[in-house]
Amino acid sequence: MAEITITDRIDGLLGQWGNQPQNLLQILIRVQQSLHHIPATAIDYLARKLGCPQVQVEGLVGFYSFLHVEPRGSYDILFSDNITDRMLGGQGVAAALAERLGVALGTTRSDGRVSVGYTFCTGMGDQGPAALVNGYTMTRLTPDRIGQMVELIEGAVPVTDWPQEWFVVEDNIQRRDILLQTALPDGAAIDRVLEIGVDALLQEMDASGLRGRGGAGFGTALKWRPCREATGADRVVVCNADEGEPGTFKDRLLLQRYADRVVEGMTLCAAVIGASKGFIYLRGEYLYLLKGLEAELQRRRESGLLGRSIRGREGFDFDIEIHLGAGAYICGEESALIESLEGKRGHPRVRPPFPVTSGYMGLPTVVNNVETFMAAAMIGVQGAEWFRSRGTEESSGTKLLTISGDCARPGIYEYPYGVTVEQVLTDCGAQDVQAVQVAGAAGSCVPPSEFGRQIAFEDLATGGSFMIFNQGRDLLEMVENFAAFFVHESCGFCTPCRVGTSLMHKRLTKVVVGHATRADMERMCDIGALMRKASHCGLGQTAANCILGTMDSFPALYAERLRSTSFEPAFDLDASLQEAREITGRDDPGAHLKGGGV
Amino acid sequence: MSGQFIIDHKPVPFEPGQTIMDAAMAAGIYIPHLCHNPEFHPHASCKLCTVKINGRPASACTTQAAEGAVVESETDELMDDRRILLKMLFVEGNHVCPACEKSGRCQLQAVAYYCNMLAPEFTHFYPQRDVDASHPDMVIDFNRCILCNLCVRASRDVDGKDVFAISGRGIGSHLIISSPSGRLGDSAFDAEDKAAQVCPVGAIMLKHQGYDVPIGQRLYDQEPVSVVGDVAKYVVKKHDQ
Repeated sequence: MAEITITDRIDGLLGQWGNQPQNLLQILIRVQQSLHHIPATAIDYLARKLGCPQVQVEGLVGFYSFLHVEPRGSYDILFSDNITDRMLGGQGVAAALAERLGVALGTTRSDGRVSVGYTFCTGMGDQGPAALVNGYTMTRLTPDRIGQMVELIEGAVPVTDWPQEWFVVEDNIQRRDILLQTALPDGAAIDRVLEIGVDALLQEMDASGLRGRGGAGFGTALKWRPCREATGADRVVVCNADEGEPGTFKDRLLLQRYADRVVEGMTLCAAVIGASKGFIYLRGEYLYLLKGLEAELQRRRESGLLGRSIRGREGFDFDIEIHLGAGAYICGEESALIESLEGKRGHPRVRPPFPVTSGYMGLPTVVNNVETFMAAAMIGVQGAEWFRSRGTEESSGTKLLTISGDCARPGIYEYPYGVTVEQVLTDCGAQDVQAVQVAGAAGSCVPPSEFGRQIAFEDLATGGSFMIFNQGRDLLEMVENFAAFFVHESCGFCTPCRVGTSLMHKRLTKVVVGHATRADMERMCDIGALMRKASHCGLGQTAANCILGTMDSFPALYAERLRSTSFEPAFDLDASLQEAREITGRDDPGAHLKGGGV
Repeated sequence: MSGQFIIDHKPVPFEPGQTIMDAAMAAGIYIPHLCHNPEFHPHASCKLCTVKINGRPASACTTQAAEGAVVESETDELMDDRRILLKMLFVEGNHVCPACEKSGRCQLQAVAYYCNMLAPEFTHFYPQRDVDASHPDMVIDFNRCILCNLCVRASRDVDGKDVFAISGRGIGSHLIISSPSGRLGDSAFDAEDKAAQVCPVGAIMLKHQGYDVPIGQRLYDQEPVSVVGDVAKYVVKKHDQ
């Protein structure tokens, strides 16, 4: 009977997703949601129905962190384990909850009721510690909630009936500038392009100097124009809402409160490049935003702002589909994101060709960040001069910074580009600061001597992440957290990143426990330099930044933990004998090596 | 409209559409590689063929040759990089050259010799991996797989069978087999398949034969990989024996 139910359910999903192989990931996410795993029968059935090899489906399940072949608990709880969540006590809450539930962290309880484990940053750095329960975000988790949570789980109370206040995600806007201050009436940007024409609009975009807000800073008009000119049966607009860089949470706000403007920007882009199809690629951790976004798309369809003949213009057809991610940071890289949209493993593509000429299903595709689309819509209406009234020559406009860590007022701050680190620290009430990690795990660790530096593409570029560490923190804990993050998030495609991320983490751990020597430092430099040079994509090229950067800017962090010997083995010989001691039941002095066997 | 570019001061002619690797191979210039085989679409994952093109690092197997380009390949810096990449591949899996039947015909070993990589040096991962001997004619030793993707491409693009794929992620990436049990013996794999003939290392090997040629007298024992080229060119098929 159970098998009939599974195939029936999958038939329903297949129908809903048009029996398209490129929607395979979307179907698998729904199977995981309803069955708490992807059973072998489902893999087999989907492969047959979609006419794709069984190993392709298996390989897809094996790639994404939120898909599992082994059943997860009916309550699947994943604590956000970013360094900022740790600083707010997340690990303590996770351990206490797991203990009360009688389940080891990272496992599923034998009765199948509950799993408790960790995931990386869930985008709640200003209101952590955070966790996901069955994919839905819980914020500000405190130890006093544990008792009630255990009762709800043991009592099998559906998550939908849990206290609603546990699921509140606050906007937390601490500073507004032109982007968040200025109103944008529905359809105003679309009307503008229909009125002045595509060429004039593109000129306006050019003049505005708008650059990608995800952090890389590629000129927006430099993407839109070649995509418009590329040959293809259709064109595609993709909104990159895979906000995975640790410590970044601005898109969460824009998709919750300003979704109308983001979609307006996408529609404007569609008008410019001539696209009929659009996607919002929403990171799996933001599942709680899905309903609201779908409602917004529906509202716009009903208002003639999306769908057929937009604004009554015959032939201007454009609609948007939302695709969920499933726990893979690499899918924030635009070509990996496109692979994921096509229902594949998120491996970055070989470029050229670039997405603007050959993207989703080979069609010319523009991929822009959430904030970029919103800014584009605003520029469409307010004009380039308005936008250039803020920022620097090379970095026009404003930037949403997401501030977390040690400060009095964490949250979302809109600043003109060019603002100094010092100014930001003053505004958010940070004192006694040891370092600021700008641009997330792949970014730069800025020491106090450099707090005069500016947030700008020409100096400190960031997608928004701004994590503050005071003098009381051990910065190596942050470094270790990011090194572990990259081990988890490397896609595994190329040798330098797949192996290098693990080698770096192992050596760093040796430093943390006080076993490393100068030689280990030199090896990390060599490996890190190779990763920067030879990795296939930006993830691998920047994964060593945190270690190499802190070795450079905070040498004492490392120096004070190094051993003075020229060589230390990678393992502790005496500790390695523990298993043998347990098997033989010995623990006498003769069963130990003096000095750890070194 | 053919053109010319430079690799390590030597002029190399190329035809439109050729990659740096294609043109170098045609000109008899060796660029170290493991995941590349000219019969298949380039993959660019092993990164051993990383060269500098007009000063910028790129994979030779996927970068189009361009008129006048200045390519560096065998510089001290790039050979240092290759030694690190090779050490990474050695410590990631379980490679025991003296006990391996592929020794002397293994491209990983041959490229390591060519690049003067004398010891793995990095901490070994010692992963727990299986050997699958369920197939009557072939054996897979996952300990030696370097994720070059050649069997995946051969099975998909030539055999039309899709017997292989990569699953997992990051350091957990691994080869999987399409069959109800996940074992090779229950798959559509055949010793005559192209996928049985492209493995550059000792991961996919013929059964019922071993040490037919003494180690010391084998392909790469005679000549370096830079002279004799990829091992896949010399694979002995079952029916040839």
